[in-house]
Amino acid sequence: MAEGRLKAEQRQFIPVTFTLNGKPQEIQVEPHELLIDVIRNRFGFTGTKRSCDVQVCGACTVLVDGRPLSSCTFLAFEARGRDVLTIEGLAQNGKLHPLQQAFIEHGGFQCGFCTPGMILAAKSLLDQNANPTRQEIIHFMDGNICRCTGYKKILESIQAAAKTLRQRGSRV
Amino acid sequence: MLRRFRLEEPESVKEASELLARHGEAARIYAGGTELLLAMKEGLVQYERLINVKKIPGLDQVKLENSTIRIGALPTHTNLEEDPVLKQKLPAFVQMEHNVANVRVRAVGTLGGNLCFAEPHADPGTVLMVLGAKLVAEKASAKREIPAEQFFVDAYETCLEADELLTDIRIPAMPERAGAAYLKFGYLERPSVGVGLFIDWDQGDTIADARIAVGCAGPRPKRVAEAEELLKRKSTKEAASALARAGEVAARAADAIGDLHGSAEYKEHIVGVLLKRAFQQISQQRSSKSQR
Ligand SMILES: Cc1cc2nc3c(=O)[nH]c(=O)nc-3n(C[C@H](O)[C@H](O)[C@H](O)COP(=O)(O)OP(=O)(O)OC[C@H]3O[C@@H](n4cnc5c(N)ncnc54)[C@H](O)[C@@H]3O)c2cc1C
Ligand code: FES
Ligand code: FES
Repeated sequence: MAEGRLKAEQRQFIPVTFTLNGKPQEIQVEPHELLIDVIRNRFGFTGTKRSCDVQVCGACTVLVDGRPLSSCTFLAFEARGRDVLTIEGLAQNGKLHPLQQAFIEHGGFQCGFCTPGMILAAKSLLDQNANPTRQEIIHFMDGNICRCTGYKKILESIQAAAKTLRQRGSRV
Repeated sequence: MLRRFRLEEPESVKEASELLARHGEAARIYAGGTELLLAMKEGLVQYERLINVKKIPGLDQVKLENSTIRIGALPTHTNLEEDPVLKQKLPAFVQMEHNVANVRVRAVGTLGGNLCFAEPHADPGTVLMVLGAKLVAEKASAKREIPAEQFFVDAYETCLEADELLTDIRIPAMPERAGAAYLKFGYLERPSVGVGLFIDWDQGDTIADARIAVGCAGPRPKRVAEAEELLKRKSTKEAASALARAGEVAARAADAIGDLHGSAEYKEHIVGVLLKRAFQQISQQRSSKSQR
């Protein structure tokens, strides 16, 4: 009993002010809480998937300040002051992002488990490099694993989205 | 699942070192956490406290000071692959960083964390050895410089004392006529074999200095002086024909271990192949430089 109470008293809470899918949020987390659990359990954004849990597969990919990272192995308090994007934050005003549209049109997924991570990683790439070569796409996407679609269609989807985004960019 | 721990966030190296001294085995430095959190999730290690060093100012920089490139312990692999100073001064290092792990690990994992964890299947240690780097370790009461060759003691073991932090990596600028390369091979997430090579020429075609290091194959990365001697004071052509022998010597020195990444014999063979390719790469860069 006494030990239990002591432990409870020692619990440490860290205030975390951050942006999640464009909305400012303020929460308290314990140091050991992982970003994936906070995103899924507190905010209900279950598009972020846990699979390998060891930073190999990319199913848990989220963008933090525009960069992909493995939310399965990233402490939630590190989101302090940062901008977190999950797959739920990608569509704007009910309109799918060109990457989402391209994955649908080019058959870039089958079961869809890897897809949120694939699309977010690809978004980070295209934000940095509007016209990546095939080789650049392969290098960047190397850590996102798909066990059913095959990578050809995923590559085609990304190339198609890149083209759409470039055309859109040149129109404005 | 991670067990509950306390987080400390010191704002100086001294404070971090004092926390290490006070809490001993119960505390551990935490940088990117890409290795540490994995080991904690697996239950392989357990700590009551993690000491986040990312609030310590100045450790996240890359600077050119006179003819030395100073890299703090905290830049991530992504920071390093994109750094303009490094791109200009140490392209072989940038190339290595570009190929570490995957994009997500590169975005979070730090150079210092990579070196301090001393996972055998890692790239930076091998490159730093051939670039002649020194690592700076600091504790509350003292600071020292450690040549990269002496930093790694065994698999997962460095020469850092319990209350020491790695703060800086110092790399001398490349001599004008010198070239360096790092090549690796692997088919799992981490590399099976890595070979680093540095060659410096005199005004003519004689190799004035050569450094060879091998990593990943054995428990720790290693310089191989005996193999270097086979190339020194040779013409480029003579050195090219001594490469097979140098590769055998380096392969033997690697202390290759048979594991999931391949048999010892296989890794030894790859050491020789990568050494030859590294030499070709450096020689080609040299001749394209002289044509410009
Ligand atoms: C899937 C995967 C693939 C990988 N592939 C590669 C690869 O191809 N090549 C490669 O080289 N590496 C690879 N790595 C390793 C990767 O480079 C490291 O995980 C990363 O750089 C470690 O840095 P960190 O900041 O996350 O370290 P942390 O996990 O924070 O720390 C690691 C260890 O170092 C200690 N430490 C950290 N900083 C300091 C300091 N300044 N002073 C003293 N001690 C310190 C910590 O106490 C801890 O014990 C891979 C890792 C993963 C997970
Ligand atoms: S679940 Fe995080 S990388 Fe696989
Ligand atoms: S679509 Fe099933 S894992 Fe990629």
